Amino acid sequence: MTETKTLTRNDALVIDGVALNSRLIMGTGGAPSLSGLGAALIASGTELTTVAMRRYSVDEAAGGGTNLFKLLLENNIRVLPNTAGCFTAREALMTAELAREALETDWVKLEVVADDHTLLPDALELAEATEQLVNRGFKVFAYTNDDPVLALRLEQLGVVAVMPLGAPIGTGLGILNPHNIELIVSRASVPVVLDAGIGTASDAALAMELGCDAVLLATAVTRAQNPLLMAEAFKHAVIGGRLASQGGRIPKRAHSLASSAMAGRPDL
Amino acid sequence: MNTINLNGATESHPEGTTVAHLVAAVTGRELLPTGQAADGGRLGVAVARNQEIVPRSQWAATVVEHQDALEIVAAVQGG
Repeated sequence: MTETKTLTRNDALVIDGVALNSRLIMGTGGAPSLSGLGAALIASGTELTTVAMRRYSVDEAAGGGTNLFKLLLENNIRVLPNTAGCFTAREALMTAELAREALETDWVKLEVVADDHTLLPDALELAEATEQLVNRGFKVFAYTNDDPVLALRLEQLGVVAVMPLGAPIGTGLGILNPHNIELIVSRASVPVVLDAGIGTASDAALAMELGCDAVLLATAVTRAQNPLLMAEAFKHAVIGGRLASQGGRIPKRAHSLASSAMAGRPDL
Repeated sequence: MNTINLNGATESHPEGTTVAHLVAAVTGRELLPTGQAADGGRLGVAVARNQEIVPRSQWAATVVEHQDALEIVAAVQGG
């Protein structure tokens, strides 16, 4: 028991030299109200959250001026601005520059999607944007396809974390290609964050069991029937999956193997 | 008067209006000459003028011109 407690306590995720004590990164997207969002973020235990950059608006659903930023500052939750809604490297660069100026961070979750139907990353624009952002001093968290080749290319371009999708954004389908995620993890030397597609707690636990360093999700909590319960469920699922990953699962077998010895069985 | 486009809306502003004036008007917060908020909190906004970032240190010195396009952005819920 002592060993388990030590493991969870000293098992910080380090990205760009920053230690995060929670391996659950809960994004802010999809919440109907700012107060509900704040409660869910706190319940999730997250220390890092994503935001989007949009025209300043006092509308609460759009961040309420700078109330969202204030909420994160007050709760000591580090901010990871994204480039959601960008279809080209040029747009992503501009968005990242605006985010750096507004939020005073050089961290950016780079999203360059091909179209608003699939919302799948455009690999060519993604690589182009990564290269330019790294050159401009950004710390790039690259949202990418579950493609082991592309993940390695992005790492070579200098990202601080690769973030392969489990399934397309907003689908809640879980991890469609666990073998690719495992392959990405096995070859990466930067943290791997499973991003997008998470539907429920077991999906997040699976991501961690596959060896991911963290899980990023938003709508699986914010659009759940009870976001607070779901936030807590994910908090435990990520811890459970991480422990299982470190614990080393038993190999799968095609046939049964008794755990009770036959030796000493009484004659009945 | 200068006609400008601010966050997608057409507006008229007197000659000599600076980016700092616009940011203060939009956010309702007083600004220091450095572009920081006078209330000591973090401002949390950035400005692009004609598709180029205007660093906050330049807001007070940047006078908007006729037909400028300005974007004032902040963090919103997402991703």
